Amino acid sequence: MAKYIGKRLIYMVITLALIATFTFFLMKVLPGSPVASADKLSPEQRAVVEARYGLDKPLPVQYFDYMFGLLQGDLGISINQFKGKDVTDVILSRMGPSAQIGLQGMLLGTVLGILLGMIAALRQNSWVDYSSTFIAIVGISIPSFVFASLLQYWFGLKWGLFPVALWKDGFMSSVLPSIALAMFPLATAARFIRTEMIEVLGSDYITLAKAKGASGSEIAFKHAFRNALIPLVTVLGPMAVAILTGSLVVEQIFAIPGIGEQFVKSIMVNDFAIIMGTTLFFSVFLIVIILLVDILYGVIDPRIRLSGGKN
Amino acid sequence: MKNSKIFWLLSLVLVLSAFLAACGGGDDTDTGTEAPEDTEGTETSGELDSEQVLSLMETAEIPTMDISLAEDAVAFNIFNNVNEGLFRLDQENLAEPALAEGEPEVSEDGLTYTFTLRDSNWSDGTPVTAEDFVYSWQRSIDPDTGSPYGAYMMAGSIVNATEIAAGEMEPTELGVTAVDEKTLEVQLERPVPYFMSLMAFPTFYPQNEAFITEKGDAYASNSENLIFNGPFTLTNWDGTGLTWSMEKNPEYWDAETVKLETINVDVVKEPATAVNLYNSGEKDRTGLTGEFAMQYANDENLITELEPTVFYFKLNQERNGEENALSNVNIRKAIAKGFNKQNLVDVVLANGSLPANYLVPTEFTFDESNTDFRDVNGDLIEFNAEEAAEHWATGLEELGVEEVTLEILGGDTETAKNMDAYLKEQLETNLEGLTINLKAVPFGVRLELDEAQDYDIQTAGWGPDYQDPMTFIDLFVTGSAQNKMSYSNSEYDALVESAKGELATDPAARWEAMAQAEKILLEDDAAIAPIYQRGLMSLQQPYVNGIVTHPFGGDYSYKWAYISGKE
Repeated sequence: MAKYIGKRLIYMVITLALIATFTFFLMKVLPGSPVASADKLSPEQRAVVEARYGLDKPLPVQYFDYMFGLLQGDLGISINQFKGKDVTDVILSRMGPSAQIGLQGMLLGTVLGILLGMIAALRQNSWVDYSSTFIAIVGISIPSFVFASLLQYWFGLKWGLFPVALWKDGFMSSVLPSIALAMFPLATAARFIRTEMIEVLGSDYITLAKAKGASGSEIAFKHAFRNALIPLVTVLGPMAVAILTGSLVVEQIFAIPGIGEQFVKSIMVNDFAIIMGTTLFFSVFLIVIILLVDILYGVIDPRIRLSGGKN
Repeated sequence: MKNSKIFWLLSLVLVLSAFLAACGGGDDTDTGTEAPEDTEGTETSGELDSEQVLSLMETAEIPTMDISLAEDAVAFNIFNNVNEGLFRLDQENLAEPALAEGEPEVSEDGLTYTFTLRDSNWSDGTPVTAEDFVYSWQRSIDPDTGSPYGAYMMAGSIVNATEIAAGEMEPTELGVTAVDEKTLEVQLERPVPYFMSLMAFPTFYPQNEAFITEKGDAYASNSENLIFNGPFTLTNWDGTGLTWSMEKNPEYWDAETVKLETINVDVVKEPATAVNLYNSGEKDRTGLTGEFAMQYANDENLITELEPTVFYFKLNQERNGEENALSNVNIRKAIAKGFNKQNLVDVVLANGSLPANYLVPTEFTFDESNTDFRDVNGDLIEFNAEEAAEHWATGLEELGVEEVTLEILGGDTETAKNMDAYLKEQLETNLEGLTINLKAVPFGVRLELDEAQDYDIQTAGWGPDYQDPMTFIDLFVTGSAQNKMSYSNSEYDALVESAKGELATDPAARWEAMAQAEKILLEDDAAIAPIYQRGLMSLQQPYVNGIVTHPFGGDYSYKWAYISGKE
């Protein structure tokens, strides 16, 4: 196991280095200049501003400078969004709220989704089942920004149950954004758990368990649920991506000082160091999730072996 | 099992309510227009509420609070309220002495200005001196600082600015000296008739050398590491966050005029969220864009302001080094007269904008008898489908072609795309044989294509940097940064040159020259085709009074604002 994780960690570093390289060069071919008032400055004045951020050096030099800084944990400085500020500081100051609503959304969505899926499977073809399927379809097909806007309008503005927006009332401020983010994981989890459980519930060993006199809840949780979890874990990765991309818009709608909206903005305004910083941040996040998912497989189902089955 | 049932019910309720809300939302959207009931009927008799707190929104973060490095609207607006220069724009948008004690002494040739400073303090209690101005200006012109606005504002006006920015001279050789603690002398290269209004621009504010040196790299990184000399101080700004406040500055020389105690600002980028926050009563003012401008067009708390920003077509006569159809003056005139601007502002933009038949905006500059430059020069090039068609026919004949295909390069915002689609339809209808291709790109890309002169027609806009027609008039002289369209007319160039040079001390003749130059640019040459002057719609709670909107520099002054009738 340790050897496996070690190997994976090495791959992770290689992956990150490749991502950094690709992003760096892709970003440099982006049209536009990071100098905000470029339309007002003469070429000489512009050169002065660009030299301040090392943009006058040849591209390979800029690349090696950046990668060398990266090795030492230096993500560079922001050019126009937060002039002269360390990108590490920007990311650190912005990741808290994103992580909070992301985790809450994921947790809420997965837990509710599992319950919904289980109930639907246990009461197959009842109205409960149909409504849960309906919710799952709604949750998958309606994008999170629509939910976010509706939640804001009704729960915030009309009924005044939660803050309309802004990040000022601690946990209360995080409720609506988390719910908006929870919709996709909820729907996905419900759908997978339902399908899997129905299949498992129809299998021979469940019939055997029933014949042995195991209670309904014992069958549901001990036997059916555990087996149904495996496909769910598989979609955890894509769900994390959905949460990340969802957070871009949800953060903007609820005016949350998160990192998602910075990511998009930085590309629009060619703030090179921020583009690199946020891309790498998201990449690390995703790679770690994928690793965790792979490790979880082994925990949930001992039949899946990670080390390649040599022993 | 019991618990899970509750969870399940809860989730069902949540999801269904959100979904049902989607169905019922359509006919309910305008309920938000109701004004908060408690404010109705209250009279703004000018009596102040005991709580003087204003709650506002911005649409972007503060990139930097370093006066030498800032180049964005958010920071400039804050500078205008937490710092101050020699002059300040007053409630009528005229430059009035601020840190300067009265008008400066001007030498006969208009090249030397001597300002006497009033007694005023930084927020730490130390006095503002003439040396603070010298330090600030030198810092901004020093190429090592990398200031985007330093050279832009000073080169060509202040002695040696051009050479220092180019690295040929030392910053200490800039034409500004502290004669003594309270006397500042400025040497100009040429007379600058609008020099007082320049002094209200943040680039010319004083900076505190001792403070900046002491803070080093930490300077301006958050509100703790800043020093102020304006009506307010900036607080609660962590350097990257979406929130900050302004508190009344007790050290401000005119503190007794300032009524507001606190201004709370939050960055809200989503227009719908901003409107919701306004309607919830949490925010006192919101800008209205696109659909919201139309939705709230009849709201009693609607404010419409005219901005001094003009949008126009740049007509590129030489794309990638090759002359195109736009090098023909009749083709350009046909395009400039070929679209209905009134319908554009009424139906497509619907945000209080005006059709522009001019380059220098209306309600922006006034001569000594307070006559608007616009009233002097009037409407220059108007929509006229028939004349457009005639020009077009002549132009095609001169070119010896029957069909012309042109590209319109424009912005990628919703407003820009709608406008360009409308203009395409108008031009194709009014000018037979014209095919327009639309190309929508982000702002940065548009600048790059402009730089490379790789476009046919471009929708562009310009806002002023100082209060004088010249900030617009000189945009398109031969070889200028904005003239990436191969336009050149020696008569126009000469008029601009004389207005900047020998006529600088003769205001009437100078205005005449600028008016003439605008006529040549638009009527004779149709070098550009003006489209509209931008309006801005906002909702403001009725208890908010006295926010002053400015045409350049910082957008707003809160110095005179107060809350009355909220309680």
